[in-house]
Amino acid sequence: MGRHVVVIGGGTAGMEAAGRLAREGVSVTLVEKGNELGGHLRDWYHLFPNRRSSDEVLEYLRGLVSHQNILLMKGRKVTGFSRKGDEFAVSVENGETINADAVLLATGFDLFRSERKEEYGYGIYDNVISSADLEAMFRKNELKLVNGNKPERIGFLHCVGSRDEKAGNIYCSKLCCVTAVKQAIEVRKVLPSCKVFCFYMDMRMGGALYEELYKEAQEKYSVSFIRGKVSEVAVNIQNRLVAKVEDTLVGRPLKMELDILVLMAGMEMSEDGIRLADEAKLKRGENRFFQPADHHFGTNMGNIKGVFYAGTCTAPLNITETISHARGAVMEIVNYLNQEK
Amino acid sequence: MNFDPFVIPFNIGLYFILIYAVVRCIIWFRELSRPDKLRLQRGFFGRAFGQSLKEIFLESLIHRKILKSNPRLGYMHMSLAFGWFLLIVFGTIEANIFSEKHLNHSYKAIFFRFFHPDHGKTFFENSYAFLMDLILAFILSGLLIAVIKRFSSRVVGMKKTTRLKPLDKIALTSLCLIFPSRLIAESLTCGAYGTGSFLTGSLGKALASFLPANELAYPFWWLYSLSLGTFFVLLPLTRYLHIPTELFLIFMRNSGIRTGDKPGTYSEVEVHSCSSCGMCIDVCQLGFTTGINTIQATYLMKGIRNSDELYDVAHNCLMCGRCDNICPVGIEISPIRMIVRRAEGKEYMYENTSKGYFRNRLTVPAPKQEAGTSYDFLPRLRQEKTDVLYFAGCMTHLTPSVKKAMVRILDASGLNWSFMDEHGGVCCGRPLMLAGNDREARELTNYNSQLIEKSGAQTLVTSCPICYKVFRESYYLDAEVLHHSQFIKSIIDEGFIDLNFLQKRVTYHSPCELGRRSGVYYEPREVIKHVATLEATAFDDENSLCCGGSLGNIMLSRDKRQKIAEDVCSKLTECSPDSLITACPLCKKTLSQATGTRVMDIAELAVEALADTPGLKMPRSRSKKKLLKEPATSLR
Repeated sequence: MGRHVVVIGGGTAGMEAAGRLAREGVSVTLVEKGNELGGHLRDWYHLFPNRRSSDEVLEYLRGLVSHQNILLMKGRKVTGFSRKGDEFAVSVENGETINADAVLLATGFDLFRSERKEEYGYGIYDNVISSADLEAMFRKNELKLVNGNKPERIGFLHCVGSRDEKAGNIYCSKLCCVTAVKQAIEVRKVLPSCKVFCFYMDMRMGGALYEELYKEAQEKYSVSFIRGKVSEVAVNIQNRLVAKVEDTLVGRPLKMELDILVLMAGMEMSEDGIRLADEAKLKRGENRFFQPADHHFGTNMGNIKGVFYAGTCTAPLNITETISHARGAVMEIVNYLNQEK
Repeated sequence: MNFDPFVIPFNIGLYFILIYAVVRCIIWFRELSRPDKLRLQRGFFGRAFGQSLKEIFLESLIHRKILKSNPRLGYMHMSLAFGWFLLIVFGTIEANIFSEKHLNHSYKAIFFRFFHPDHGKTFFENSYAFLMDLILAFILSGLLIAVIKRFSSRVVGMKKTTRLKPLDKIALTSLCLIFPSRLIAESLTCGAYGTGSFLTGSLGKALASFLPANELAYPFWWLYSLSLGTFFVLLPLTRYLHIPTELFLIFMRNSGIRTGDKPGTYSEVEVHSCSSCGMCIDVCQLGFTTGINTIQATYLMKGIRNSDELYDVAHNCLMCGRCDNICPVGIEISPIRMIVRRAEGKEYMYENTSKGYFRNRLTVPAPKQEAGTSYDFLPRLRQEKTDVLYFAGCMTHLTPSVKKAMVRILDASGLNWSFMDEHGGVCCGRPLMLAGNDREARELTNYNSQLIEKSGAQTLVTSCPICYKVFRESYYLDAEVLHHSQFIKSIIDEGFIDLNFLQKRVTYHSPCELGRRSGVYYEPREVIKHVATLEATAFDDENSLCCGGSLGNIMLSRDKRQKIAEDVCSKLTECSPDSLITACPLCKKTLSQATGTRVMDIAELAVEALADTPGLKMPRSRSKKKLLKEPATSLR
């Protein structure tokens, strides 16, 4: 058997896996639907928990994939793949077909479309933005209202499209809490006079150094954390946002005037991933992500032999976990290729 | 010959059921409220009596409604009911004309052939016998369909038929035996005497050719009498009680009595009038979309009759009203369901006594008066004078796109208007009413009423059909209450706004609370037709579906709701329209989670067509007159 692997998706997981596979002497075709590698990481400004620039991680990943064993295919979507004997035929847009001994899916996630929670007014009121929009503002160094004014009060609304049965997602996206804390701190750093509120159900600070960051946000940056979700958003005569929320610790309904409301959009299985799964008959879990063969020792494998998963196409993961998961996939693939030979 | 012991079972049954009917009527009448007693008395001497007779003829005998919607099923019901009626009427006439005496015991009409076996010698007698045979054949044809329906309900065009309890089965068996035993008994007698017409005569001749007809006839006459007697005695315990009670129901309804919100005679008569025909099963979305087949109206009625535990049956319902609409008997199902809900799982308000023949009202203890709830937190009354008052309601606040569109339209109309609950108002009161907290709801309705009165507005516009219904039915307002679809229609008619025609194909989802519950179908359609191409669907107007987001059901799981919403969307977007239009914020919210097609409120559609919107393709070029087919609701 040859040693050729097609990696679908050029985000963090795809880049890490492709780079590592190449270093194991495997020839890799990395297919990315966009025109640039990097995936969601390119939209992000700083990364939690230590607020290092995302560019540093991107730099590292780009270094990994510039390797002679890697063939890059950018701006091309994979339309499907099928197993023929020991080989896979991966068909790419424009009718091209690539043969491979194994396929690694690193199709990643889509951000929850905040329009679906109409009561929060995303797409209806100017200054309701998503967490990704805020990162873009940070990147452009333009944290301001649509009318150009400096915001004085910013609210972060946690769990938009996560742990929400009505939105069809009962799972926790697990990164939004710490992202909100990180973004709150960043807002306070950029605009020291701006008041920042976080509206949360639970603070899920389960990662390394997360709790420390949360404490820092409260003590050093005076971010107000209010336990209770926003029920609806409106605007007043001055076109300022008015959020209705219940402070469940005090047991009182509140009406908060805000200049900007940031919706902490959750993570969902990517639409392209769903399409591929339906095409190739890959099993998906109740949360719609790819269902791994085993939740403890088989998270890189699926229901078809020779098809492997890496990164957030299996569940919400942060960058650290994604990179580890991709490395796990590399090990599984190399084992598989050696065995088959 | 004037008497034979075999008539005794029939006589016992007949007199039992007659006495029972009288006693039950007295009990029912006594339990009526005073106004309802007056209504009934007035109805008895008024027009309602004639109307009732007509309706009894058309619905209870001919079964017109079922015939219209399902001819085969209708024929089955008609042949049994109308045929039996004819058999009794013509049998009585026959007995009175051809007997020695002209006033006879009732059994004489039923068993006429036994007492006059040689009847049918003259031409006149013979043609009368032909008529009687024809009627019997008519009934037997219906009976045949009924037997087939038991084994395969598809034959009569029904997807499902109702499940029966044991006593129903005995009654059903005796009912099924009545006419075949009559046929055989009459045939054998006719065969022995060489009389009878095409059915009994020819069958009798055939049987008599190889059987001792005269001796065999006697046991069949016994069987005929016994099955009649058994049927009558079991009648009050089975679903066949619907046959006599439906007559009372029709009469009471025509006298102006309605179900109301407390259990009483009328709701009990309704419950017993359910014939378990099962037509409500086929229209129920919970049934055909989510596979829940235990909660439909017919099972609710059966459960009430049997004093079953009904919490799940009563609560697991979308309250969409599709069954109210289809019920051939005209039972007000939703109000009855609400009564059961209010009873809140207590042993229900009746228990069966005397082996089930009578029911006693249970004395449910009055709810404890809670320590006075304080409504101090309601905002202070403050409302400027205005002509048009807009009440968005809580669901509209959760769909700001609708609210925003209405503000645009109201501003564009140039009318003097004011936003009643812009910064969070007080609830219209419906949720509290649905939960049975009427006293608390009154606090809210009083507050809102004062606010509306203070504004001096002549028109109150709501965006939410739930609010619309409650403002119209539970408030006493001087202002005219309009749903925003009606309001938009009227301001188009009066020339307050100018709308373009959009190059758009759309379908319309009629919300339950606005359509079936409030009868508003015309205005939303006209508004849509004014600005876009409205495509017809198989689920328009009365046949519209529930979006699945209903607040009336607190038991349905999320995924089943989603399933309903997806089913509705796929049905309404079959013609792949550009948008799916609705007129209820809750419907919009529910449907937009279930389809890729854009779901819009009618107000959003109107805003898209507002004349000053840039980028429009076609200028408005049509006369306003075309819209005025029906008198427009005017802005007083």
